[in-house]
Amino acid sequence: MAEVLPAEGLLATSWLLIALPLAGAAVLLLGGRRTDRWGHLLGTGTVVAAFLLAVLCTVRLADVEGRSVDVDLFTFISTGELDVRAGLLYDPLSAVFVLLITGVGALIHVYSIGYMAHDPARRRFFAYLNLFVAAMLLLVLGNSYVALYVGWEGVGLASYLLIAFWYTRPGAATAAKKAFIMNRVGDVGLALAIFVMFAQLGTTSYEGVFGAVGTLAGGTVTALGLLLLLGACGKSGQFPLQAWLPDAMEGPTPVSALIHAATMVTAGVYLIARSAPIYDLSETARTVVMAVGALTLLIGAIAGCAFDDIKKVLAYSTVSQIGYMFLAVGLGPAGYVAALAHLLAHGFFKAGLFLGAGSVMHAMHDQVDMRRFGGLWNKLPITFGTFGLGYLALIGFPFLSGFFTKDAIIEATLDRDDWLGWTTGGVAVLAAGLTAFYMTRLMLMTFFGRPRWEDGVHPHEAPPVMTVPMVALAVGSVFSGALLVAVFPLSDWLEPVFGEPEEAEHVIEPFIIGIALTVIMALGVLAAWLFVGRREVPVTAPVRVSPVTRAARNALYADTINESLFMRPGQWLTRALVWVDNRGVDGAVNGLAAGLGGSSSRLGRTQTGFVRTYALGMLGGAVLVAGALLAVTSG
Amino acid sequence: MTLTYYLVLAAILFTIGAVGVLVRRNAIVVFMCIELMLNSVNLTLVTFARATGTVDGQIMAFFVMVVAAAEVVVGLAIIMSIYRTRRSASVDDANLLKY
Amino acid sequence: MSDFPFLVTMIAVPAVGAAVVAALPKGRELLARQLSLGVSLVVLVLAVLAAVAFDTGGERFQLTTSVAWIPDFGVEFALGVDGIALVMLLLVGLLVPLVIGASWEDGPGGTPEERPVRFFFAWLLLLEAMMVGVFAATDVFLFYVFFEAMLVPMYFLIGRFGGPRRQYAAVKFFLYSLVGGLVMLAAVIGLYVVSASELGEGTFAFDALRQLEIDPGVQKLLFLGFFVAFAIKAPLVPLHTWLPDSAAEVPIGGAVLLVGVLDKVGTFGFLRYCLPLFPDASRAFAPLVLVLAVVGVLYAALLAMGQSDMKRLVAYTSISHFGFIALGIFAFTTEAASGAVLYMVNHGIATGLLFLVVGMLIARGGSRQIGDYGGVAAQAPKLAAVFLVAGLASLALPGTNSFVSEFLVLLGSFPERLVYAILATVGIILAALYILLMYQRTMHGPARGVVAPAEGAGSPPGGTADGAGATAVLTAPARTAVRFHDLSVREIAVVAPLVVLIIVLGVQPQLLLDIIEPAVVATLDDLGATR
Repeated sequence: MAEVLPAEGLLATSWLLIALPLAGAAVLLLGGRRTDRWGHLLGTGTVVAAFLLAVLCTVRLADVEGRSVDVDLFTFISTGELDVRAGLLYDPLSAVFVLLITGVGALIHVYSIGYMAHDPARRRFFAYLNLFVAAMLLLVLGNSYVALYVGWEGVGLASYLLIAFWYTRPGAATAAKKAFIMNRVGDVGLALAIFVMFAQLGTTSYEGVFGAVGTLAGGTVTALGLLLLLGACGKSGQFPLQAWLPDAMEGPTPVSALIHAATMVTAGVYLIARSAPIYDLSETARTVVMAVGALTLLIGAIAGCAFDDIKKVLAYSTVSQIGYMFLAVGLGPAGYVAALAHLLAHGFFKAGLFLGAGSVMHAMHDQVDMRRFGGLWNKLPITFGTFGLGYLALIGFPFLSGFFTKDAIIEATLDRDDWLGWTTGGVAVLAAGLTAFYMTRLMLMTFFGRPRWEDGVHPHEAPPVMTVPMVALAVGSVFSGALLVAVFPLSDWLEPVFGEPEEAEHVIEPFIIGIALTVIMALGVLAAWLFVGRREVPVTAPVRVSPVTRAARNALYADTINESLFMRPGQWLTRALVWVDNRGVDGAVNGLAAGLGGSSSRLGRTQTGFVRTYALGMLGGAVLVAGALLAVTSG
Repeated sequence: MTLTYYLVLAAILFTIGAVGVLVRRNAIVVFMCIELMLNSVNLTLVTFARATGTVDGQIMAFFVMVVAAAEVVVGLAIIMSIYRTRRSASVDDANLLKY
Repeated sequence: MSDFPFLVTMIAVPAVGAAVVAALPKGRELLARQLSLGVSLVVLVLAVLAAVAFDTGGERFQLTTSVAWIPDFGVEFALGVDGIALVMLLLVGLLVPLVIGASWEDGPGGTPEERPVRFFFAWLLLLEAMMVGVFAATDVFLFYVFFEAMLVPMYFLIGRFGGPRRQYAAVKFFLYSLVGGLVMLAAVIGLYVVSASELGEGTFAFDALRQLEIDPGVQKLLFLGFFVAFAIKAPLVPLHTWLPDSAAEVPIGGAVLLVGVLDKVGTFGFLRYCLPLFPDASRAFAPLVLVLAVVGVLYAALLAMGQSDMKRLVAYTSISHFGFIALGIFAFTTEAASGAVLYMVNHGIATGLLFLVVGMLIARGGSRQIGDYGGVAAQAPKLAAVFLVAGLASLALPGTNSFVSEFLVLLGSFPERLVYAILATVGIILAALYILLMYQRTMHGPARGVVAPAEGAGSPPGGTADGAGATAVLTAPARTAVRFHDLSVREIAVVAPLVVLIIVLGVQPQLLLDIIEPAVVATLDDLGATR
C-alpha cells in the first residue's frame, strides 16, 4: 500500500460527506410532521451536496502524492491495549465507492420524490434513505475495520427500516427481519475477524493490519479470509446467505434500486477488495471466494429464469451479477479492477432497471406479476427506452457496459489456465447465456406481446422527476463500461491500492472470447424468444412443470433448507428449553420448596395435641438422656 | 445399705407417677401423679442430703415444694376453667393445641 | 469542594426523603410524587457533582468518609468510590428520577386504599439510599448490611404493588436473595477470622483485606461464599429463575431498578470482592464461571425467544446480557473488564429504556402478552421509534452504547478465552432474533388484539350475525377507533434522556471509559492477572 498522508484543506472536511446525510436524517426524524412539506427536498439536497463535495474531493485527491489521505477525527474506544480512533481513509478505492453511492444515491433520491409522492410517510422514507447513505459512506470511508463494522451494521439497520417501510404488510415486516438476521450471521464472521486481528496484531486499522499481516501464520490468514468472506456473503447475498435478498424486494422500489442493487449489496465486494493484502497471502481463501462466487452466480441465474415477479427476477439477477464480482475478486490481483469495473457498471444498469421496474409498477397499480404486463412498449416509451438500454448492458450486448466488464471477468478467470479457472469460467459463460435468457424473457413478458392487464389499469408514463434519473442511469449503463475499461482506465486510478496492473498472458485471445460470449448471449435471447416470445403468455403460471422448473421457482429450495435446518430445529430447541427452564431448573427449586413445606407439615402431624403424647415424649427423652449420661460416665 | 431402700422407694413412686400421667385421662388424677413424681424426687434429694451430711438437698427439696405449691394453684385453676367450659376433666378432650 | 461528604449525603437524602414521603397524610398523592421526584433529582445532582469532584488520575478510592461503628469488631461506617462504583452511582442517580417520572400517573395501580401511592414512592427512595450505600461501602460488613437491607424495599415493591402473582414472586425473590446473603455472611465472618489471625486484630476494611495472603484452600471456600451470593444477585444460569418471575410481577419502575441496578450489585461484587480478595480462587474457578457465563448467554437468549410475556422476555434478555458481563469480568483482561463495567452501565440504560417502553405499552394495552398486540407502530409512531431504539441498543447495534461494551467484552476475552468468546459471539445473532421477533409481532403488521378497534377485535373472520357484533361492542365500551395514543409529553421527558445517552455513549464511550479504566487496572493488579 502507498504511503498515507494526513488530509489537508478540502479533503480534511470529507467527514462532511457522512455528516450531511446524517444531519438530514436526524432533522427529518426528529422534526416530525413539521418537516413533511419540505422533507423530501432536504433529503435530496443533502445527498446532492454530498455528491458535489465528493466530486471536488476526488479531483483534489488526484493531485495528492500517493492518492491516499487519512482524516483523523477523535478517539472512539481506548482501553488497555486497544486504541480505536475514528478516522477516514480517502483513497482511490473509497473515492470510487463514494462517487457511486452519492451519484446513484442522488439520482434515486430525485426519482423517489415522484415515486413516493402519494405516500403519507414520504418524509420518513427520505430520512431512512439519508441514514442509509450516511452509513454506507462510513462503511467505505472508515479507516479501520471497526469503523467499517459500524457502517456495516448501520446499512443493515437502514436496510431493515426501508424493507419494513410498509410495515403494516406482514410480508414486508418478515422480509425485513429475515434480512437483518441473515446479515447478522455474516456480521458474526466480520466481528470474529476483527477479534482475530486484535488478538494477533493488536490493531484494527487498515494501516496497522495490512502492515503486519505478513507476519501471521498461514492458517491464521486463511481463517481471517474466510471469516471476512462470511461477512461479505451476508451483506452481498452470496451463497449460503443469499435467501434474504429476493425477499427484500418487499421494500419500495427505489430502495431495491439503491440498496439492494447498486450499493449496499456490493459492500461484500468492497470488503474483499479492501482486504486485498490479506487475500493476497491466502490461496485457499481466494479459492473459496471464487467457488462461492461461481456457485452463487449460477444459482441466481437459474432462479432468475423461473420467477414471474419482475422485482424478484431483477433481485436474482443482482445475486448472480454480484457472484461475478466475487469470482473476480477471488482471482486476486488479476481480478480486483475487473470486479470493481463490473460493480460500477452494474450500479448504473441495475439501478436503472429497478427504477424502470418501479416506473412500470407505478403505471400498473403496483402490480409486480409479469404475467399481468405485456405490450407496454408504446405506453411507456421513455421507460421502455431506458429499460431496454439497461437490459442490453446487462446481457453484454457488444460495446455497452456489461460487454466490457463481464467479459473482462470471464477473460481473467480463464487466464488462470487451471482446473479452477476452467470450471468457474465455464460456469460464468453458461450463466451469461442464462442471463440473456431470463432478461429477454422479462423484456418480452413486460413490454411485448398482447396486453394482459387487469381491469381498470390505464398505463401512463411517469412524471419527469422520475424519468430524468432513469435517462441519466441509462446513459451511464451505455457508456460506463467503455469509459472505465478503455477511455479512462479504472486500473490506472486504482493503481495506488492494488499496484501496477500486470499484462496478463492470454490463454485465449480476448476478441475470441468477446465473439464467443456474444454468440452465447444471442443463443440465450433466441431461446427466450422461442419459449416465451412466440407463444401466448398464460395469465396464471402453469402448474404442471418439470422438476427443474419447480426447483428454480423455489430458488433451488434455499428457504426450505434454511427452514428445515435452522428455523424448525431452532423453534423446537426454544420450546424444549422453555420447558426445561420452567419444569427442570425452576421446577427443581420449586420442588425443593414444596419438599420443605411438605416435610414440615408431615412433621407437624406428630403434634397431636394430646398431653399424654407429649408426656411420653418427655419421659422417653429423659430416659434417653439418662442412658446417654450413664453410657458416657461408665464407658 | 439403708440408702438403697429409700432410693428404691423413690424410684417406685416415680414410676407409679409416670405411668399414671401416661395412662390416666382424668386431669385431676394426672395432676396427682405429677405431684407423686415431684415428691419422689424430694425423697431422693433428702436421702442424698442425709447421706452426704449436707443441707443442699434439703434446701432443694424446699424449692421443689414451693414450686409444686405454685403449680398446684395454677394447674388446678386451669383444670377448673377447662372443666367449666367443656364439662369434662379428661385431658384428651383438650387437644386444640396442635398443628 | 471535594471535602463535601457526597456519599453520606447521597444516602441520607433519599432515606430521610423516604421517611417524609411515607409520613405524608392520606390524599396528598401529588405532593408525595413531587417530593420524591425532587429528592431523587437532588441525588442525581449530587452524583454528577461527585463525578466532577472525582479525579480520574488520583487515588483509587476517593470521596472517602470513615466513622467507627462497632469498634469491638473493627466495623467501620466507611464509604468511598473508585471509578467502577462512581459510574454505578451515576446510573442509580439517573434511573431513579426517570422511574419516578414513569410511575407518575399509572404509578402502583389498583385502588389507593390497597396500594397507597406514598408508600410506593417511599420504598423507591429507600431503595435508592440502599443502592447508593451498597456501591459506596468500603467496609465489607457495611457492604453486607446494605446488601441485605436492599432486599426489604424491593420485597415490598414486588409483594405489595406487583401483578397477580406478586406474593409468589416476592417470596421467591426474598428466599433466593436471603440464601445467597446467608452464605455470604458466613464468608464475611470467615474473612474476619482470617484477618484476625493474620493481622492480630480483625478488620472488615476492604483496603486491609485485599492485602491479606490467604491460604488457597480457605480462599476457595470464601470465594464460593461470596460468589454464590453474587451469582444469585446477577443471576447466572442456573440460579436465575427468580428474576423472570420478579421482573414480570413488579411494577415497571421497580423492574427498571431491579434489572438495571440491583442485579448489577452481583457483577459489581465479582469485581470488587471476588477478584481482589481471592485472586487464587478466582483463577481456579474462572473456567467454571466462564462456562456458566457462556451457557447463560446462549441459554437465556433462546429462552427469551420462547417467551410470550414481554416483561419475562426482557428479563431473559438481561440474563443473557449478564452472561456477557460475567464473561468480561472473568476473562481477566483490561479490555474485557472495562467492557464489562461499561456493559453494566449501558445495560442499565438500554434495558431500563426497554422496560420503560414495554411498561408504556402495557399501560395502554393492559396485557403483557406479545400475542395481544400488533401494528402498534401505525397508531403510536413515537412509541414504536423509542421501542426500536431500545431494542437496537439491546441487540448492541453499532452507534448505540451497548455495542461498545459488548464489542470490548468479546474482543478482550478473545485472545485469552478463544472458545468462550466465539460461542458468546453467536449470541449476537440470537439477540437480533429475540428483539426483532418481539418488535415485529407488537409493532408491525396490521392492527391486532387489543390494538385493533372493537369491530375487528370482537368478531371472528368471515363476519358474524348482527347480534353478536352488537354484544361485542357493548361489552367493550371503552374501545375507540384509535385506542393507542402516542407518547405524552411526560413520557417523552422520561425516555428522552435515555435515548440521548444511548447515542452519546455509543459515539463517545471514552467519557466513561476514562473513569472506569484506572479502577479496572487496579482490580486486575490485585488479581495479578497477566495483562
